[in-house]
Amino acid sequence: MPESRTTTATPGPRADGPDAHPPLLEVRGVTKSFGSGRRRLTALDGVDIQLGRGQTLGLVGESGCGKSTLARVLLGLERPDAGTVRYDGVDPFALRGKDLLNWRRRVQMVFQDPFASLNARMSAADLIGEPWRTHRDVVPDAKAREKRIRELLSLVGLRESDAHRYPNEFSGGQRQRIGIARALALDPDLIVCDEPVSALDLSVQAQVLNVLSELQSRLGVAYVFISHDLSVVRYISDRVTVMYLGKVIEHGETEDVFDRPQHPYTAALMSAAPVLDTSRATDDQEIQLKGEIPSPFDIPSGCRFRTRCWRAEDRCATEAPPAVVREREGAGDAHTALCHFPLEARSAWA
Amino acid sequence: MTTTSAPAPSATEPALDVEGLCVDLNTASGTLRAVDGVSFSVRRGRTLALLGESGCGKSMTALSVVGLLDPAAEVTGGAVRVRGKDTLRMSAAERRKLAGPVLSIVFQDALTALNPVQPVGRQIGEPFRIHRGLSRRQAEEKAVELMTRVGIPEPRQRAKSYPHQFSGGMRQRLLIAMAVALDPDVLIADEPTTALDVTVQAQIMRLLRDLQDERDMAVVLITHDLAVVAQRADDVVVMYAGTVVENGPVHDVFSSPRHPYTRGLLDSVPEDAERGRPLPAVPGSPPELSAVPPGCVFQARCPLVRERCVRERPSLRSTGDGRSAACHFSEELDRA
Amino acid sequence: MTEAESSAVDGTAPVKDAAPARNRPPSWWLLLGRDRAAAVGAVILTVVVLVALFGRLFIGDRARRQDLDASLRPPSLGDGVYGLLGTDVLGRSVLARLIDAAATTLSVAVPAVLCSLLIGSALGLWAGYHGGRRESVVMRVADVILSFPSLLIAVVVLYVFSPSALNIVLILAVARIPVYLRTSRAEAAELRSRLFVDAARTFGTPSRHIIYRHILPIALPTLLTVATLDFCFVMLTESSLSFLGIGIQPPDVSWGLMVAQGRQYLQTAWWITVLPGLAIVLTTVSATVLAAWARIATDPAQRWRLTLPRKRRGASAAVPPEMIP
Repeated sequence: MPESRTTTATPGPRADGPDAHPPLLEVRGVTKSFGSGRRRLTALDGVDIQLGRGQTLGLVGESGCGKSTLARVLLGLERPDAGTVRYDGVDPFALRGKDLLNWRRRVQMVFQDPFASLNARMSAADLIGEPWRTHRDVVPDAKAREKRIRELLSLVGLRESDAHRYPNEFSGGQRQRIGIARALALDPDLIVCDEPVSALDLSVQAQVLNVLSELQSRLGVAYVFISHDLSVVRYISDRVTVMYLGKVIEHGETEDVFDRPQHPYTAALMSAAPVLDTSRATDDQEIQLKGEIPSPFDIPSGCRFRTRCWRAEDRCATEAPPAVVREREGAGDAHTALCHFPLEARSAWA
Repeated sequence: MTTTSAPAPSATEPALDVEGLCVDLNTASGTLRAVDGVSFSVRRGRTLALLGESGCGKSMTALSVVGLLDPAAEVTGGAVRVRGKDTLRMSAAERRKLAGPVLSIVFQDALTALNPVQPVGRQIGEPFRIHRGLSRRQAEEKAVELMTRVGIPEPRQRAKSYPHQFSGGMRQRLLIAMAVALDPDVLIADEPTTALDVTVQAQIMRLLRDLQDERDMAVVLITHDLAVVAQRADDVVVMYAGTVVENGPVHDVFSSPRHPYTRGLLDSVPEDAERGRPLPAVPGSPPELSAVPPGCVFQARCPLVRERCVRERPSLRSTGDGRSAACHFSEELDRA
Repeated sequence: MTEAESSAVDGTAPVKDAAPARNRPPSWWLLLGRDRAAAVGAVILTVVVLVALFGRLFIGDRARRQDLDASLRPPSLGDGVYGLLGTDVLGRSVLARLIDAAATTLSVAVPAVLCSLLIGSALGLWAGYHGGRRESVVMRVADVILSFPSLLIAVVVLYVFSPSALNIVLILAVARIPVYLRTSRAEAAELRSRLFVDAARTFGTPSRHIIYRHILPIALPTLLTVATLDFCFVMLTESSLSFLGIGIQPPDVSWGLMVAQGRQYLQTAWWITVLPGLAIVLTTVSATVLAAWARIATDPAQRWRLTLPRKRRGASAAVPPEMIP
């Protein structure tokens, strides 16, 4: 069993890796809030994440946990109030003009809703080629563009003849493929996928997941994969970060987090997710949380999960929980969680 | 005689019996069959899941059962029997008498299913005023009781609040309170937890189960979520392109599917899939209703397809032990 | 939620090979031909524009030539072409005057509407897309313009300056800018939060390109509909100004002026007033119908409605083909 120790570090990947060159993406202490005074909504509160090239980070959490705000920060659509975002050591928020435009190429996004994210008045070819209208030098001449659009279409499993059709002629899964092709048009290093399959039917969802993993192995693109569906995250991610009310409360290698969750919230989340196994009589083992997620306008003191936690004690209301680090024996990120009373491996559930 | 005075069904006869239901949809390009000969029945205390992807006709089946079909759609055949009578052959007035005391429905979107400009207490009390002739005050009293039952904190104060002042989970509880107000024989739940967070979803599912046990209701659960079916239902009806492709007890169907579509769905769940290995996805997407082939509805995506499937549509035939499947070659699946 | 709606949300749109007609948008002529009302509207508008452009070449000075013997003759077939629609109190041919007035009316109304449409929409889209202080400033300006009675400003300005056609155009244009400002601001403010606008921002698309490529095409049909309605308003305002004697100055003539001048003879000689009034109504209605058609024809998700055989169109309103599960 891995040893546990309590440190003052925050959960998240260690920055002091043996390799000197900076990771593809490194987010440190990012805080973002909206509004002011009493109507101040804290969307992100000191979030740390890190991601290497060609890897996938799963971001799990329920509504209001800040994952969508984090996605917008990663894409430079929102500027954080505090903290740093670095891509290969470069802060995109310090870039201007041409440098900013060049940085934009490296990070792209696939949206949750394949209907709202595609302009219904543009054909598939126009949609996929849209980024080139801003980044004119990527594929300069019209012939090459057409060829590239055909390549992208076949890369995501659509037919070349689909180029001239409009979004309303495609199914949800096909639209999501168009969205993926569009994200690939600029050859990005990182694609932020915001619930890319949750609007899709199950049989189609598997197809899109396969497209995403195939693209990763072929093009070496990294993903930040945001989802509330644990089985999808478990399948696609190398590492998993669990968020609750704007804070990362657990992080680690996928199998560590899923097999040996430390934070009660992570355990409850996994227990609440229904599973296919009909023989598992859930009700007896299921961890039922009290109530619903508190409003992000009014975050509980101390540990933000204490209002729903069955292990909470007085201390949880007064003291912010420390980071508990469970070292791994093999390679990979340490398994960390923010909790006063972390779960022992294989104790509270399963 | 009124329908509601008929005796409640006993434990052995079905509380809801749908037979050969057909629904046509009048569209731009002509009349299309959206639901084609769907049959199922459910007894009190049991849960039947209608499982399928969007557009398979599961919601339309549910809406036909409760008589809330869109005007563009029309029931063209079959029977929906409750308490021994066919609701499809009833007058609108007779049907209205069933809505609440016999049949009720919980919708997916609790925000739009509640009237935004009326306090929730009054809305929940509404069924009592309509069917039991209670006064407004008595009805609101009942509403507070129900709100307590479905776990709304401080129900007496909250009864005066408006729907937007509740969280998603609480709104779904309100909707459930309204649906079970008159102790229906059959509760139809149309994707009741799809819009909710996982931890809240679990709470709502538990509430539904408790209410079902307590009131001995038959529940028809309409969903696209295989895991919800696995955990919650006794029997399952798998629908595809408007038809039933397989049915039977959930445990049996999920452990050894006899229709390649069911098998494909089960395989697509990434739950036990190994990272890096492609998921065994079902290729293609479901057919447009206007292009449902004459033979087997699943032929275009089926790994077992052969000439016979193109020629002849397989009927839903019994495969023993209370199960049936609409596949010419279901035995091959069993072996595989 | 019906199955039809849910499939629109969850996406089981057509996936098999669609009919060839749906792969390429059908030609505009075909779409226009399928909507009879719009086709008639287009024909009427074309005639009006042609008359306005070339009509004066044919009528000579008949619009101004007085013939007191022929005063107030009713429409008849016996008095030659120019007597077809009767004569006014000074014996001038109403037909000739209608033709002459078409040019004046359009030369005031079209530039006025275009000016306010262009300026109002551009400012409104810009303000709505960016929001914040830019939006507040622009909207306050719009409020200020709206809070003055436009007719009053027109009277003052035209009284102080000379009542030339150019001044009338400018006054009318400024007075109507707030209408487009508000409409386009509202559209842009709604559209800026759409996902595809976010998507465009992730490619680093500059704001002006997003407004031009994503917001304008969607807001345009609404703005055009507003503009066609405004066309009517501008013609009527112009006639009010003419009636007050500070609009179009005789011997020039506009439809509005004809209505105003013929008013006192309404009981004895209806044709002097009613016919120019009819011209205003026909032109505006044609423009409105055509705008409604354009709104559908430019929307790829709606265009199918126009490709249907006429018979079925009524019944089909409920479920478009891409919503069929």
